[in-house]
Amino acid sequence: MQFIQPDINIDFIGKRFTGFVISTTMILISLLSLLLHGGPKYGIDFAGGTVIQVKFNVPTTVKTIKETLEPIGILGASIQQYGDVTNNEYLIRADIAYKKLEGLSDQVQQALIQAISPEAASESSEIQPQSVATSEASDQTATTQTTSQEVPDDQKTQSLPAEVRRIEMVGPKVGKDLREKALLAMFFALLFITIYISGRFEFKWVVSAFMAAGMMGGVYFFKILNVSMPFLIVFALILAMILFWFLRLKYAMGAITALVHDVMITVGIFSIFDKEFTLPIVAALLTIIGYSLNDTIIVFDRIRENSRKLHRNSFDQVINKSINETLSRTILTSLTTLIVVIALFLFGGGIIHDFAFAMIIGVLIGTYSSIFVASPILLLWK
Amino acid sequence: MKNISPRTIIILLVLFGSLLYVLPSFHIDVWPHKKINLGLDLQGGMHLVLEVEAEKAVESTIERMRNDLRRELKTNHIKFANLDRKAFQIHLQVLGDESIDKFNKVLDDEFPEFRIASRKHNADQLSIVLDLPDSDVAEIKKKAAEQALETIRNRIDEFGVSEPDIRRQGDRRILIQLPGVKDPRRAKDLIGKTALLEFKLVDDRHSVEDAIKGKPPLGTEVLYQVAENRQTRRTTKTPYLVEKRTTLTGEYLTDARVNIDSQYNEPYVSIEFNKKGARLFERITETNVQRRLAIVLDKKIHSAPVIQERISGGEARITGSFTHEEAHDLAIVLRAGALPAPVHILEERTVGPSLGKDSIRKGVFSMIIGGILVIIFMVIYYQVAGLIADFALALNILLIAAGLAGFQATLTLPGIAGIILTIGMAVDANVLIFERIREELRVGKSPLAAVDAGYNKATLTILDANVTTLIAAVVLFQFGTGPVKGFAVTLSLGVIASLFTALIVSRQIFDSLLINRQLRSLKI
Repeated sequence: MQFIQPDINIDFIGKRFTGFVISTTMILISLLSLLLHGGPKYGIDFAGGTVIQVKFNVPTTVKTIKETLEPIGILGASIQQYGDVTNNEYLIRADIAYKKLEGLSDQVQQALIQAISPEAASESSEIQPQSVATSEASDQTATTQTTSQEVPDDQKTQSLPAEVRRIEMVGPKVGKDLREKALLAMFFALLFITIYISGRFEFKWVVSAFMAAGMMGGVYFFKILNVSMPFLIVFALILAMILFWFLRLKYAMGAITALVHDVMITVGIFSIFDKEFTLPIVAALLTIIGYSLNDTIIVFDRIRENSRKLHRNSFDQVINKSINETLSRTILTSLTTLIVVIALFLFGGGIIHDFAFAMIIGVLIGTYSSIFVASPILLLWK
Repeated sequence: MKNISPRTIIILLVLFGSLLYVLPSFHIDVWPHKKINLGLDLQGGMHLVLEVEAEKAVESTIERMRNDLRRELKTNHIKFANLDRKAFQIHLQVLGDESIDKFNKVLDDEFPEFRIASRKHNADQLSIVLDLPDSDVAEIKKKAAEQALETIRNRIDEFGVSEPDIRRQGDRRILIQLPGVKDPRRAKDLIGKTALLEFKLVDDRHSVEDAIKGKPPLGTEVLYQVAENRQTRRTTKTPYLVEKRTTLTGEYLTDARVNIDSQYNEPYVSIEFNKKGARLFERITETNVQRRLAIVLDKKIHSAPVIQERISGGEARITGSFTHEEAHDLAIVLRAGALPAPVHILEERTVGPSLGKDSIRKGVFSMIIGGILVIIFMVIYYQVAGLIADFALALNILLIAAGLAGFQATLTLPGIAGIILTIGMAVDANVLIFERIREELRVGKSPLAAVDAGYNKATLTILDANVTTLIAAVVLFQFGTGPVKGFAVTLSLGVIASLFTALIVSRQIFDSLLINRQLRSLKI
């Protein structure tokens, strides 16, 4: 079986200006969306705040939950249905980090249980006849755990009308730390990859290593001076591009441009769909970097091989031939990876949902960019 | 099977070894006994990051030194005024030339650790500001963080959580992971309690009401006894006027145990002092018969019994309407000792066990669906070669699982995502090779030569592509925390495993098919 015929010859390089227009438009839309939303929407990992995931045994509404939570001091929380409607599961998110977290989950649980009683409370009292229906809620959560401990775990979760399944609180200071760490992680990954590519494809190990070391030193220096990290990284990336140009690190420039392109568009699409950035999303972005690079390198590898073999042809022809030769593999791998990522997206459950979403975008964009972004950049030095 | 190559032996050894490492995770107890560690997000549990308020430790050290200084000045009959602590400094005025001379001597002899921050001599009055050198302050802060870690570790050990992970993070942060903890609130209370136990005499000469309304008389303060009615959960606060001076603290404790009062059938905590503490306690009770002695824990009064007679032997009991758990936990914190400085929670993540089970179920389910689809696809597209790739894929997953168990790495939810992603990407290496082999076959090479050329040409490409992914994974591991680190681990293991399965295992299968079985054609 074959999707792509061996003698295929699509003129990718001839269409590179179309690609350029498409990429620029996508990046501009991403930037515009980021601008309109006032930057990326940070999840609690990066912005600080509290997330509580609650599962109810009886149907309830967002409004009821909201009204229940206000008296215990959780104001302006955003409440979302989580997963399937029949699950009765909700995600409550508040911006504040509660310094006095002690007992917050208990308070929430108690308040919610009381709100959706009495039928819920009486229902559970059948299972636990030793506790009076009205005091059931407080007994469960109070320090007297002796009664509830005797009940097996499964039964306990069934009998409770509301169960706090997850609580996450991140203080604002930690959020800022994590944000900076994530940005630095992306930046360092790019720098190391630069060294590897320049070394492997152009034997410019020393030049690229010096460049990367200089940039790392620079970033650390300005970090000590308390320069805002996002600006610092953007500035460093622009500087890196200029350096690539003057040091003629072609392959590095092609690969890194493609990666920045992929990450920006993924971030932009996240912003358009108003999705949150959390630590797993950063992991997804880094995987996208790895994946897209994988694609790019396989094309570059063929270009290197073919330019030795076909040194009579022009460089555009070599590049075009290499893209066509690897096209079958590019499509196949993207396909198999997409199959699993889509399986993850559909069945992986709530927490992994956005991660898989980022990966789907990343795989599509990464495949596109290795053909239409990374390779044409090699022609810039003509 | 005439000649078994070294490569076959290596493959079989790896296969056997990884089976050994994987089996314990499926409740088949064989030798290495290493199970795959599940992260908190999968098995449920609590993740806490605490910050030690180390400044408070410095403040209390300086406060203690101020009290020492006051005592020393009084015994030497030095006239002074306005002896105050402001943040990390002690301010005071010494009055009269004679006092100033004596003060200078006392300062040199008894308090060499003080640094003189400023010194103003006006007529016969000396205004002086004392503080501690920066190195001492840094040392106190460092000690506070270390001691807090140690104390918390002791408390958790006694509380009984299986496999807790407690470690320093940076200068002043403590990372605590308690897998499978049943009662997060109780654990949090236990960890976060400063547990500073103090005995203070109650001031009965002045009225509490006046003190609350106005300013409490010199040397006294108002503290509250908080009681909770267990039926209504309503709390009542009873104010007490107590002397600021602490007569005795928990640092002299040697033991604390839970006992049950035979009369009321209520639990209480009995404490035992060491020799010095016992002597102090005896002296206090002797000189203050018929007065009330407040037992204060973290600025809250637990009880304030009347001293009936001199108590010797160094034993006391803390009563209060405790539940059994509360008494048990109080005994633990008293035994483990007080935190040198208060801690506060910077980050908390608690996952209930049912959510963890859900996550595992969904993760494994999508892994199976994705895996089956890929396996079917590969067989349809590459036929016999597809089967080889599928075998390599299965081995790949086995190797990742064995790696997780062998390195005792932690499998998290993003980690499962990492494995699923590896399924997609492991196929890539095989696809690269197969496409190359197809190219070579088209040129007209024999199957054996095509396989040989295909592998030779694809190997370098595969190495380059995987090394770059590995770079991303390693950086992720270095910078990531918790779940993300788990993802980096499975991704790295996946990359290494797919190098092994694609370049060595599937190659060996091709070779044995083509050479040993003498296959003439290759379905690819």
